[in-house]
Amino acid sequence: MTTIAPPVVRTKEPSRSTGGRSGPVLWMALPAFVWFVFFGIIPLLGVLALSFTTWNGIGEIVPSGLDSWKATLSDPGLPHALWVTFLIMALSWAVQTPMSILIGVFLATSKRYREFLAVLFFIPLLLSSAAIAITYKALLDPSFGLGSGLGIDLLNQDWLGNSTLAMATLIFIVSWQFIPFHSLIYQGAVRQIPTSMYEASQIDGAGRVRQFISITLPQLKYTIITSSTLMVVGSLTFFDLIYVLTAGGPGDATRALALAMYQQGFQANLMGPASAIAVILVLVGLVLSLVLRRLGGRADDSQLEGA
Amino acid sequence: MATVTKHRPSPSVSGTPGGTRRRNKAMAYNWLGGGLSWVWLFVVMLPIYWIVITSFKTQSNYFITNPLVPASDLTFENYKTVIESDIVRYFFNSVIVTLGATVPAVLVSFMAAYAIVRGSGSRILKGMNWVFLMGLAIPLQAVIIPVYLIIIRLKMYDTLAAIILPSIAFAIPLSVLVLSNFIRDVPKELFESMRMDGATEWGTLWRLAFPLTRPALVTVAIYNGLGIWNGFLLPLVLTQSPDQRTVPLALASLSGQFGVNVPAIAASVTLTTLPIVILYAIGRRQLLSGLTAGFSK
Repeated sequence: MTTIAPPVVRTKEPSRSTGGRSGPVLWMALPAFVWFVFFGIIPLLGVLALSFTTWNGIGEIVPSGLDSWKATLSDPGLPHALWVTFLIMALSWAVQTPMSILIGVFLATSKRYREFLAVLFFIPLLLSSAAIAITYKALLDPSFGLGSGLGIDLLNQDWLGNSTLAMATLIFIVSWQFIPFHSLIYQGAVRQIPTSMYEASQIDGAGRVRQFISITLPQLKYTIITSSTLMVVGSLTFFDLIYVLTAGGPGDATRALALAMYQQGFQANLMGPASAIAVILVLVGLVLSLVLRRLGGRADDSQLEGA
Repeated sequence: MATVTKHRPSPSVSGTPGGTRRRNKAMAYNWLGGGLSWVWLFVVMLPIYWIVITSFKTQSNYFITNPLVPASDLTFENYKTVIESDIVRYFFNSVIVTLGATVPAVLVSFMAAYAIVRGSGSRILKGMNWVFLMGLAIPLQAVIIPVYLIIIRLKMYDTLAAIILPSIAFAIPLSVLVLSNFIRDVPKELFESMRMDGATEWGTLWRLAFPLTRPALVTVAIYNGLGIWNGFLLPLVLTQSPDQRTVPLALASLSGQFGVNVPAIAASVTLTTLPIVILYAIGRRQLLSGLTAGFSK
């Protein structure tokens, strides 16, 4: 779950100081702060520094100016990895968002479904990406999987061996893994919409579809932004799933940015260029979350309050 | 899980002459959402059902029986194979890493959250809070190379501590955010009366804030614990010997080792997921609110 770091989440404005006696409490914040600086902030600066060096991961770190950046930016693998990342991001968003909203609305209104079946519905949230990837790899295997076992030709494709199919399969598995989570967020948000709004529109004779379009969707605006940010920024960091499922293949069809960085750094032992890719990863994430926050248009308020 | 039902009009509406018609219209079953939810439930359950029934089939049976029909003669042979593959050791590694990272992460985050709320007049604490908020935007993947370098320099490569230390750090930002939002809801008068009674900040932290924030602490612990339990990148990069593997990494390597022995792979996935599913069955509500920690308080 480290993949879902939501930059749009902001705290409420700190309430009025209770006297500003920071002296006795300051040290209480120090352990967390020092720890986070050491393993979070310093590495962030470190990755930028390492992108100007040559290092094989074991030996000495040698400053080498712009060499790593030149190598990375001239590598045709980079635009391809960016394209793959974008594709995964856009497609998984487009599949998950409408489905999560519809299911979330249903979950919020159907008590029966929620109480009995939600137990099963949320199981994907508990599983590790590794376990999910292994399960699907076995399930979709063209020789030993479900398709061949049932003898249905339509199901018996080389799901992970064909570039287009592998991408579609990946999007499907991502949706399988995360739609329950996003439905859960939407469910919570729908239940916070005041009932009186629906009552008023009923008196005006509005039907279910009309209510959905003119009440539910506008009321969910901030939740849609929160959920979309989690999806979009989260998809930048899909690593475990792709690593175990396809290892970027077939060829480089599913080689997204995070995997490209790992392979460059820990398999090809080119830590300099890998750090350059990591810097690009951070920048893309920052730009995306800033854009999504602008779309929200409520810069000073907590997105959480819309959720 | 409150039971507010949305699209139902209030009784007074249905009492009016035209009300019955309107209510019927409003109460009409949500076919689209309902249908989709049931279909998706089926989609969600199919691989889970398949992996569980397959884990009880013999390897020879697996190839000749219908993959969606459970074996008539259940075998525990696959589970034996998995247990003999040292899975118990990997399981305990995961327990050590998860507890060793979650407990300190929640404690230091709780202290920091308390300080940030109570010392909100301090510029230094405001600055620290800002750093934590920015930290939410740092993906672990992006900084894994320097983290690897730090772990090597600390001479901790290939130990469980190598996984634990960065896991704590990356649990801190969201934990501080969620916990400080909760502590902020504690009425000021309570802090004031603690102070009148001569309690120190340290005493107030443990005797007032801790009990009042307990639900949030549980939530944050579950959220982080599950993420660390399922973590893959840190063990992959920071350890190499089989002895130090955690469950997700062990699963990946076992699936390569078992090759075409699909029932054994199925048993390894089922066995390692079972404890989490049991915990889920016990504390479903806490777990679900833990999973959405901070997104729908």
